Amino acid sequence: MASEDGQQHPLSIYFWIWGLLFVLSFFSYMVDYLNFQGNLRWGLILLFMFLKAGFIIAIFMHMKWERMALKVAILGPPVAILVLIWLMSFEGFYIEDTRVDYYGESTFEPEPVHH
Amino acid sequence: MEQPGSKGLVHDWSRDKQVFGVPWGKAMMWIFLLSDTFIFSCFLVGYMSVRISTTDPWPIPSEVFALSFGGDPIPLILIAIMTFILITSSGTMAMAVNMGYRKNRKATFWLMVATALLGASFVGMQAFEWTKLIVEEGVRPWGNPMGAAQFGSSFFMITGFHGMHVSAGVIYLLVIANRVRNGFYERRGGNYEIVEITGLYWHFVDLVWVFIFAFFYLW
Repeated sequence: MASEDGQQHPLSIYFWIWGLLFVLSFFSYMVDYLNFQGNLRWGLILLFMFLKAGFIIAIFMHMKWERMALKVAILGPPVAILVLIWLMSFEGFYIEDTRVDYYGESTFEPEPVHH
Repeated sequence: MEQPGSKGLVHDWSRDKQVFGVPWGKAMMWIFLLSDTFIFSCFLVGYMSVRISTTDPWPIPSEVFALSFGGDPIPLILIAIMTFILITSSGTMAMAVNMGYRKNRKATFWLMVATALLGASFVGMQAFEWTKLIVEEGVRPWGNPMGAAQFGSSFFMITGFHGMHVSAGVIYLLVIANRVRNGFYERRGGNYEIVEITGLYWHFVDLVWVFIFAFFYLW
């Protein structure tokens, strides 16, 4: 529906997405609760994160029904953040390496968490 | 006229008139949210680089944020509850927007109040979490007993800034809800797009939490 008339949609779609977000949040909590590790853990965290973010933006924030001019203007620029992530991870690993080279491995003894 | 897709994109930007076919308030809210996206992204990328570059072990969030209700500590339980509360509040907000466009003032008002109350309870739980972390676990911005010092500074910075957004959102919601109730928008031609604009802000706060939950608490 054209956005000039306001975003008017049937209530059922909101209930569906609401339920879906609950299920996806439950799944992402389960990733931690069931103690998945390694690539499986990170993959699932990212999958559920992107699905949740996508549904919130597309349905709750009505981006799905907006015109492409707005979609491109708002969703396009954040892509630049990927470059920042790439550069800073590169930088981060380099700093870690130089720290190990000059100061040696960490001698930190972590204390257990008390509850 | 109103062409879809990429032809519409070119047409909208090149016809020497208003580009976005939305109320100006909505376009401005989206542009504000875009700038806020970059702020939160900078925090999260900063967190990523200090976590990568530290040689000390990173505290395990699953254990740090575990909570015991008498028995064994349940991992991350408070954070899970906070996540569900925020999603619930996003749902009530979406309903409020819908009811606003149906010009159902009473339902809109109460749904916005419910959203604000859920938001306030989220902030309350966050205050509890901060207190527990500072007083019981000894987490400080400059160090903590469980691992890398950068854990505290990233945590207080990121969740603090998010909590501030939620608090501001609660105030924003209550102001607009009160105006819906007292007929402020009725006197201005019965236009309730402001509810949708408020909703955009609120959903954004929920959206940011999705990323914080994934990268800070689960990673």
